[in-house]
Amino acid sequence: MENLVGILNYLVFFAITAGIYAVLCLGLNIHWGYTGLLNIGIAGFYAVGAYTSALLSGPPPGAMDLRIFGGFELPFVVGLLGAAVVSGIIAFLIGIPTLRLREDYLAIATIGIAETIRLILKNADWLTNSVWGIKHIPSPLFDPIQSGISGFLKDYPNIPQWLKSLISNGYNWFYLILILAILALIYIVSERIVRSPWGRVLRAIREDEDMAAMSGKNIFWFKMQSLVLGAMIVGMGGSLYAHYAKFIDANTFEPFYGTFLIWVMLIAGGSGNNKGAILGAFVIWGIWAGTDFFSGYLALSGIRVASLRVIAIGILLELILLYRPQGILGEEKRVSKMIKD
Amino acid sequence: MEQLVESISKIPQLIVYGIISGSILTLGAVGLSLTYKILNFANFAHGDVMALGAFFALASLTFLRWLGVSATPFGSLSFGFPMIIAFIIAILLTAVTVIIIDRILYKKLRKTGRIILLVASVGVALSLRNIIQFIWGPDPQYYFKKIQIAKKILGIRIKPDEILIIGIAVLLVLLLHLFLQYTKMGKAMRATSDNMELARVTGIDTDKIIIWTWVIGSALAAVGGILVGIENKFITPELGWQLLLPIFAAVILGGIGNPYGAMAGAMIIGLSEEISTAFISTAYKPAVAFIILVIVLLFKPKGLFGGK
Repeated sequence: MENLVGILNYLVFFAITAGIYAVLCLGLNIHWGYTGLLNIGIAGFYAVGAYTSALLSGPPPGAMDLRIFGGFELPFVVGLLGAAVVSGIIAFLIGIPTLRLREDYLAIATIGIAETIRLILKNADWLTNSVWGIKHIPSPLFDPIQSGISGFLKDYPNIPQWLKSLISNGYNWFYLILILAILALIYIVSERIVRSPWGRVLRAIREDEDMAAMSGKNIFWFKMQSLVLGAMIVGMGGSLYAHYAKFIDANTFEPFYGTFLIWVMLIAGGSGNNKGAILGAFVIWGIWAGTDFFSGYLALSGIRVASLRVIAIGILLELILLYRPQGILGEEKRVSKMIKD
Repeated sequence: MEQLVESISKIPQLIVYGIISGSILTLGAVGLSLTYKILNFANFAHGDVMALGAFFALASLTFLRWLGVSATPFGSLSFGFPMIIAFIIAILLTAVTVIIIDRILYKKLRKTGRIILLVASVGVALSLRNIIQFIWGPDPQYYFKKIQIAKKILGIRIKPDEILIIGIAVLLVLLLHLFLQYTKMGKAMRATSDNMELARVTGIDTDKIIIWTWVIGSALAAVGGILVGIENKFITPELGWQLLLPIFAAVILGGIGNPYGAMAGAMIIGLSEEISTAFISTAYKPAVAFIILVIVLLFKPKGLFGGK
């Protein structure tokens, strides 16, 4: 029984991380899946979301901190929405020079913005506390839930050990529900909008820009809306991460974890399919976490194992592109709220 | 005011550093520009191909040291005969690796379009970087331990190695120019770059052109990577990632597919990055390439010399 609870607790932890990735995948799906926008700098928007939320909802700088800004201790919801807004503003700014041009320019520019943001995270003492990162980011409703749990455990000291370890993990259960609720909300909104006339314009742009322009659609403006909307979702993902991890620094937003993994998830699950985006996040995070279990059997240093795992994910991406480019679920062919399949 | 004067007084020295770094970037940018146009996709693995060359050279040097080949430095340079062998081996191995990747991956994806190729190249970039990290680990690796004393010429410090770096870049660029202008293959490459369909109709073997493009691009990249190692004295697996943005900025600045533009672009990026350090923190140096890129995209998206 206790083993089972241990596994269950791990699964909750697993699902929280995968759930955050699923949010990021839904954001990228708006960009890449529905509009064909090549955002190779997701990590930048993810980081902006996380830091914005941390600065809005987190504590003021401590005695040892270099940062002199932020820590407004506002409610979690303000942090979450603030993350979306600031991330959206960054997307708007990067969209101005790139969205009139060929799609690969956006790819290069987004890498550039992500790297520039990482430089700011590492060096702007006053804002980001540079390499020391931001600590003690509060988790929503942590104190009431935690004191409820310890109160319960004090009142019922004779309950079996397995129940104790299950209940002590209660906060994670709460956070999982919170993430799944937000994920569901973003999913429903995404589904609604891709099934709207607006969503069909995005797909038309993806398929044939000139044709969409000939139909009188303002390509630049539609792409901009898509870029901003997707970045806002990614920013919310950053906020969810920050409030769960409680600590963020520049290393969290490395290109592999912040960008590449999300691309592999979306392509594996099925670009242009919101269910696929969520499925891909859970499957690929499962593979990524699963390879960690096997690494114990290899007589290699931790860094070597980490490299091997990244190479494996890289090869997996190439295999999907070669042999199953549509991903597990593939794209939904008909998207309209008027047609039920 | 005093600070400004001090900053400005540093500029002559920084110009020299800028030319050195511009020379290295040129070798990456020219190859990237050619593959960008002829293969019609933005190869995000090009920086990591440069790193691969640098590490192949490291492996060769290690092997030659193990064989007991004398490494007495040439004159006042910091390396000797093994480095020449290392250059040759690294160029060959890098080119072969890139062609293998093309045959098993890019070739099959070519018909699905350049965007899928771009995404695939991001995967290649990460895999290459981690293969390097798997073998050599994340710590800096050194070609040689000797510390070279800079010479002062007209008040500007420059090391003999650095003069050689500029020399090698100029020589290779000149060779490439002669190749593109005067050989049959070079002319065929330019024709393919202008219009692949038309080139094919006129009987040019475009598959052969593609192989040649990869060979030239990766050879120049390998040399560029090794020169980074000689200039910085060390190489890390992150090298390729750090070079990616500056070389892309250089290519776009010079106009995609224009190797001469790429050279000019690389020099502008190299000089701006170095000169910026007189005015802003060195930590933000990598952002300079990005800022130039954004300005170019805003005002001259086809590059400084583009727009035909």
